[in-house]
Formats: sequence, structure tokens, C-alpha cells
Amino acid sequence: MKVRYFAWVRERVGKTDEEIEPPSSVATVSDLIAWLTKRGEGYAYAFENPKVIRAAIDKTHVRAETKIAGAGEIAFFPPMTGG
Amino acid sequence: MPTTVQLQREAFNAAAEVAKLTRGRTDIGAVVTFTGVCRADENGEKISALTLEHYPDMAEAEITRHVEEASKRWPVLGVTVIHRYGRITPGEDIVLVVTASSHREAALAAASFLMDYLKTRAPFWKQVEKPSGKTWVEAKAADDAAAERWK
Repeated sequence: MKVRYFAWVRERVGKTDEEIEPPSSVATVSDLIAWLTKRGEGYAYAFENPKVIRAAIDKTHVRAETKIAGAGEIAFFPPMTGG
Repeated sequence: MPTTVQLQREAFNAAAEVAKLTRGRTDIGAVVTFTGVCRADENGEKISALTLEHYPDMAEAEITRHVEEASKRWPVLGVTVIHRYGRITPGEDIVLVVTASSHREAALAAASFLMDYLKTRAPFWKQVEKPSGKTWVEAKAADDAAAERWK
């Protein structure tokens, strides 16, 4: 699946997007955050406070407990500040 | 219902957008226009510019969903939402919401609803340029509270 990062999550991870293949034990959005956190320092920094991280699956807002099975694109970003 | 949702780097002309929405219509009795403008300060600190990052496809989909929701809640006769991205300097417009209805209550409520949702649910992030460097704007609890009242 494709993962995209925005704003300071993108800056901390150090990339805008990437293809990942998490193991099947990674079932939910929060599992994926925990799995990504172990990929390196930048990830650990980006996801140090998982409670503030927002996520979207295939361009729709989702919660931390949402299952990721079948997702084509998952995005992680900080709380939004548009308008 | 005529609906326009546009994400663009360029400036917009609010008066021209209102004219576009109301041209040839005699059923519209109220038009509400909200324009969000870039200020020269953020939390008391001077800023020289802000840069808006966005998630292109999702932003358009999310705004369109909320325009549809607004049209279910109120008898609106037309909606235009334009949100800019990229670098914007103080005094420039950032966002435009135009709502039209037969009467003012629906147009005012729909515009307010759309702005509250744009602030908290549309995937845009502001970064400001201060003398001390660039910082990301933090989400405000007041904006979350404003969006909550529509639930």
C-alpha cells in the first residue's frame, strides 16, 4: 500500500510518500503507526505522540482503530489548520 | 444546485464569484460571502508570509462532501468554495465561501458551517514565516469547539 505524509509529519519522516508492505499482524491504523515508528529515528519523531496524528484511508478521515485491510492509500498528518 | 469547489494557487475575485453564482437567477434572496485573509501576525509574532500545504484529491473530496451536507441541512441555492494553497503574504485572500439562498438564515448558517468544517476537517496545513524561522500553525481548540456545535 502507499503511505503519504503531510506537513510536519512529512518533514520528520523525511519523505512525501512510500510503498510499504506491513506484516498481516498490522491490522489497524494505530498498529501501522506503531510499526512505522520502528522504521527509524525520523519516524519515531513524527509519531512520538500518536494521539495528535490524524489519518485518512483512500482520502477519507479514519480513526486509530480503523482496520487497514484493503486500503490503497493511507495518509498521516497533523491536525488540520486550513480556512 | 450550482456548486463550485476550487483549489488554486492564484488569487480569486470574490465579487466576480458572487456574480457568477447569481447571474440570471431571480430565486436567490440572500448571498453570504466569507473571505479569509492572511494577517501579518500569528500569536502576537510578526509573520512575513504563510505557506499552505494540502492533500489535493482529499481536500476537494472533503470540501465537496461538506457542501453536500450543507445542502441537506439548509435550503441553499448555490455554493462556491475556493481555497488557495502555496505561499500567501499578509493582506492576500486565503479562502472564499459563498452561499446563496432565498432567505438569509440558511445562507448565513451554511456559510458558517462550511467555514467551521474547512478549519478542522479539510486537509490543509499552514506554515508561517517569522523572523525566528518557519513554524507550523497549531490547531486551535476554539476551532474544534466551533465545528462541534454542528453535530
